Amino acid sequence: MAQQGKAKSLKDLNEIRSLIKKHKKNDFLFAATGMFVIASLTITLIILFLDLIIDGYPKFNLDFFSNYPSRRAARAGILSAWIGSSLVLLVTFFVAVPLGIAAGVYLEEYAKKNWFADLIEINVSNLAGVPSIIYGLLALGLFVYTFDLGQSILTAGLTLALLMLPIVIVSTREAIRAIPIHIREAAFAVGATRWHVVLHHVIPYAYGGILTGVIIGMARAIGETAPVITIGALTFIAFLPPSPIMPEVPFINFEWLDSGFTVLPIQMFNWISRPQHAFHINAAATGAVIIILTALMNGAAIKLRYNVRKKIKW
Amino acid sequence: MKKLSLGLLKESLIVASSLILSAPLSAAVDIVEIDGSSTVYPIAEAVAEEFQIETGIKVTVGVSGTGGGFKKFCRGDTVISNASRPIKAKEIKKCDEAGIDFIEIPVAFDALTVVVNKGNDWANELTIEELKKIWEPAAQGKITNWNQVRPSFPDMPLKLYGPGADSGTFDYFTEAVNGESKAIRGDFTASEDDNIIVKGVAGDKGGMGYFGLAYFTENSETLKAVKIKNAAGKFIMPSLEAAQNGSYNPLSRPLFIYLNAKKAAFDVNVKKFVDFFLNNAKEFSAEVGYVPFTDKEYTAIIDHYKKLKTGTAFAKPAIGLSVEEILKLSASN
Repeated sequence: MAQQGKAKSLKDLNEIRSLIKKHKKNDFLFAATGMFVIASLTITLIILFLDLIIDGYPKFNLDFFSNYPSRRAARAGILSAWIGSSLVLLVTFFVAVPLGIAAGVYLEEYAKKNWFADLIEINVSNLAGVPSIIYGLLALGLFVYTFDLGQSILTAGLTLALLMLPIVIVSTREAIRAIPIHIREAAFAVGATRWHVVLHHVIPYAYGGILTGVIIGMARAIGETAPVITIGALTFIAFLPPSPIMPEVPFINFEWLDSGFTVLPIQMFNWISRPQHAFHINAAATGAVIIILTALMNGAAIKLRYNVRKKIKW
Repeated sequence: MKKLSLGLLKESLIVASSLILSAPLSAAVDIVEIDGSSTVYPIAEAVAEEFQIETGIKVTVGVSGTGGGFKKFCRGDTVISNASRPIKAKEIKKCDEAGIDFIEIPVAFDALTVVVNKGNDWANELTIEELKKIWEPAAQGKITNWNQVRPSFPDMPLKLYGPGADSGTFDYFTEAVNGESKAIRGDFTASEDDNIIVKGVAGDKGGMGYFGLAYFTENSETLKAVKIKNAAGKFIMPSLEAAQNGSYNPLSRPLFIYLNAKKAAFDVNVKKFVDFFLNNAKEFSAEVGYVPFTDKEYTAIIDHYKKLKTGTAFAKPAIGLSVEEILKLSASN
């Protein structure tokens, strides 16, 4: 009887061992597949990026960043484009961030959980997946014609803000959900109002996650072409919008909001479709600039999130 | 709230700035705004660049396509519209409704070039009938081999590349070859970027495509242009000269700018710009790869412009017209 039991447990042991072996093999296979997929994606991206850098290398000088577009490829630069992109993103930032965070906080902290909140939630998630050209068409009808804002930096900034809002809202909500309920309860217990809790606890703790969403949204906005073309961005513009900062009182000037503009992806698109090869070099250099900007923004998002997480001690 | 306050701010700024500016410069736009065809864009860009350097008057150029450009033009958003085809009746109606009269000015020629692969040693010359056989809607799924085009051609799959339906090049080619604008077979590779067509035909021995002459000139090492039989029965190679002397027909097409007639008559800055445009159109259009008219023809065009005649000369599609015929049409208008 004991003999039999021993034999059985040995058999079990062998079975378990082979099972472990099999699972380890599966583990290895999965890890290898994962590594392969990641490596091939990264390598493709690196090859594409290097290709752009090599093609565009002759243009990486100060002139390229300080010259206006030109019919002569050698003289053509991206001054109006990078300034245009920056100003548009500035508007986008100041519109999408406060609205997005406010909406996210409201939905998480204030809104009653009923069918209406569900409806908003579904809509926000859907909006994040709407193709950007649709936002462009919406903006053309709404901002350009109905509100009569013209084909201006303001219109472009608002359009891209619409595009970015769902990303900010969703990431704000995710970040807020990650905050333990005890913190809110503790604050309420000592008599804080909901507003105090939001201002002193919820937003500071969710800051890292919100920031990530904001920067990823901005990185998406900087590369958008379709909606910006739809609302009527220019291709040739050889002057800059009025400066937002003035030397005399009141120091800030809003005339630039009404100015015509062009952005980096439009310059790139124009140059890549020209017959002359010299323009394709300009396009490659512009592409590299856009990728570097996007990578810098994403890098900043990761770094900030890391720093903020390190500080939080629950 | 943010949005609202920005909007109000902007509005008050516009009011303020228009008050300041309206007094001294009553008939001069701040910025000469141009939009329209991507084909005409390089010429407009060249003129705008030099004009701005010379006079300091600001000029902007957008690329909405010929149709998109007319939409803005007929709303009064722009003062000049670039067009790679004459304005259509529907667009004229829009302009009329908005009370906008226009002056039509041909500025240069573009020679549409039919290209094949460098390794293609059989298709040296083609007739318009053969092109029609290849590109007409009825050819869809049927004409798929070179030997169906002409029995002497080898057994080689025929792969077609062409501009997309939004382009004026597409409109003109279908009109000239298939006899009806936008009528074309559906089974070809369409691209809004002509460089894609270059790559497609260069990489495919049985490939065929068409685009503006400049794209061929820049890629003549990788592509071969096909001689096209003209109205006089001669096979003509597309070139600057052949387009200029009118022998390369019917595939050379005029490019236009349309002026807002009121602005062209009364606005100082717009007038200056158009004068500069027409005086330099020859040099600039050649520089960016198009076929300029002759000096004499530009003089005639300037005369026509000075008379400020509004309306289009092309109630019917303008296919295979020589410069003279275009000018005659413009003058009689």
